[in-house]
Amino acid sequence: MADAFLKFAQLLVTGLVTGSVYALVALGFVLIYKSTSIINFAQGEFVLVGAYVCLWIVTGLGVPFIPAFILTMVGSVFMGLVVERLVLRPMIGEPIISVIMVTIGLAALLKALVTIFWGTQIRVFPAIFSQEPIRLGQVIVSEVYVWTFFFALLFLGVFAAFFKYSRVGIAMRAVASDQMTAQSMGIPVKLVFAISWCIAAIVSGVGGILIGNINGINITLADFGLKVFPAVIFGGLDSILGAIIGGLTVGVLENLMGGYLDQFFGGGVKEVAPFIVLIIVLMVKPYGLFGIKEIERV
Amino acid sequence: MPCGLFHSSYRKDDEIFKTWWVRGWLIGLLAFLVALPTFAPGISQILNTNVTNLCIIIMIYIIGAHGLNILTGFTGQISLGHGAFMGVGAYTAGILAARLHVPFFVALPAAGLMTAAVGMVFGIPSLRLKGLYLAIATMAAQFILDYAMRNWTSLTGGSAGLNVPYAAIGSFEFNTDERFYYLVLVLVVLATAFTKNLTRTRPGRAFVAIRDRYLAAEVIGVNLFKYRIMSFGISSFYVGIAGGLWGYYITIISDEHFTIWLSVQFLAMVIIGGLGHVLGAIYGAIFMVLLPELLRIPSEALSGTFPQMFVIFGTLQEGVFGLIIILFLIFEPDGLAARWHTIRNYWKLWPFSY
Repeated sequence: MADAFLKFAQLLVTGLVTGSVYALVALGFVLIYKSTSIINFAQGEFVLVGAYVCLWIVTGLGVPFIPAFILTMVGSVFMGLVVERLVLRPMIGEPIISVIMVTIGLAALLKALVTIFWGTQIRVFPAIFSQEPIRLGQVIVSEVYVWTFFFALLFLGVFAAFFKYSRVGIAMRAVASDQMTAQSMGIPVKLVFAISWCIAAIVSGVGGILIGNINGINITLADFGLKVFPAVIFGGLDSILGAIIGGLTVGVLENLMGGYLDQFFGGGVKEVAPFIVLIIVLMVKPYGLFGIKEIERV
Repeated sequence: MPCGLFHSSYRKDDEIFKTWWVRGWLIGLLAFLVALPTFAPGISQILNTNVTNLCIIIMIYIIGAHGLNILTGFTGQISLGHGAFMGVGAYTAGILAARLHVPFFVALPAAGLMTAAVGMVFGIPSLRLKGLYLAIATMAAQFILDYAMRNWTSLTGGSAGLNVPYAAIGSFEFNTDERFYYLVLVLVVLATAFTKNLTRTRPGRAFVAIRDRYLAAEVIGVNLFKYRIMSFGISSFYVGIAGGLWGYYITIISDEHFTIWLSVQFLAMVIIGGLGHVLGAIYGAIFMVLLPELLRIPSEALSGTFPQMFVIFGTLQEGVFGLIIILFLIFEPDGLAARWHTIRNYWKLWPFSY
């Protein structure tokens, strides 16, 4: 009995930590969707690039972790700006399918660039956090997990506050709610688009660094971005709160399902479980838990 | 010489071959394709590649691309699951042929029908979902099917692969590239003719109406659910046939081929070729198959000076693919088919075009 509970608690904790990072990346995803109506299939590659750039700054240039972390964020801003200006801005007004495809193309390009620069073998961050595990009752948690959870929540909090109270955040919400009105009120819509991409790149980069500290980095980290889709669908594509709840839910769900069902299906349930949940959610509630149902008037 | 095409009846306007000129070219093209294998070895030697093999692969992809074009180009439904659907077709045909010894001419349609059924199941969400949500739903289908192909080893053989016998009609085996070429050629011609004609039928017009404005289509009496599911079904049927042919041609099926990457490539084919143009799927498939071949030549030349070139070739290919997609969508959003029209119209009235 105690063993069963322990297993459950362990899976739950792991799930929450992974889920918090999903939530962070999903936040960037939802932000882009909300303000620009673009689905960004390159989100996972943003995660990848962030993680590799940080690793390169730490190991290649010998910069300590905290400044490297900040430098990576600056780099992410730059990447967000370049991507928005060169790739997405010419696509404004094009049909949805072209815009989806262009982000897929971007994903392939970024992934290839990362492979060319850094190869495909797994790399690990130099240990930053102590290896001493922390005990919560009987559940053992490594320190990295605690810090990851903390950082993820910190960033989620900071950005939530940013949208709610800062001038730029309010402008972004205005653009999300009605682009034309926002523009006529003097809000620079193009700038808001650019900022959305920057923030998305930042949160993804941070997510990549956090996950990279837990599992090490290689090219499959990009698949992380795909897991974000179930998270955002669960919460509704256009809800920031939904993204956070969806991220945590998907993290917990995949770990629990992986932990309990792997023995019946020969492993790998964790990889596919979120997508099965996704299909079910789409069939039952097509606009997610918190998404706005589109009402169409002719 | 007329300065344009002037139809005097609706019947004329509806014709596939609007002038004898078009018909002549088409017959010429068919004659060329039929004769191709006889001089393919010569070309292969000059280009240092296998032309017949390339043609077969191109034609298999053309069938699949026609399928996706019906769904995405004509009905306006995005699918990121066609790679896995092709896998369903390949495995259906493969399992029927290898385990149950079902003859080829039964197994191939069965592959199409099975894939159509699977496609229709995953098409059900399309009634309530549009654009972006549908893209994600079909992507989920891709991952679920991918997982099943990899892990349901008792059925699919998993990553070890499934051996498929040669396609055969009676005692005639399609066991050489040349023989298989003619088999696929016949099917490609059939598929293309069917697609072209589909656009002129009631369902075809319903598809286009749904794409252009589905609310208006519903108001004038198009049953959205029926035609969307039908579109998914027809589209998946094509891809299933393509998958079945792929299995018979390669003769060993493994799950590695049918990943999301293949889905993306299919989508790229129809977009680069031109959405909603029958010719688009053909141009797109040719382009996507020849692109890696074209990249191979410079990278082989460079591998003399940069030995690591060969190692990163796969990566390079992926990167160039991404770049080309981006550039195409920015500078030529309507695809190769539209570009071809522009060029043709320019020359039609040359030098007096405006």
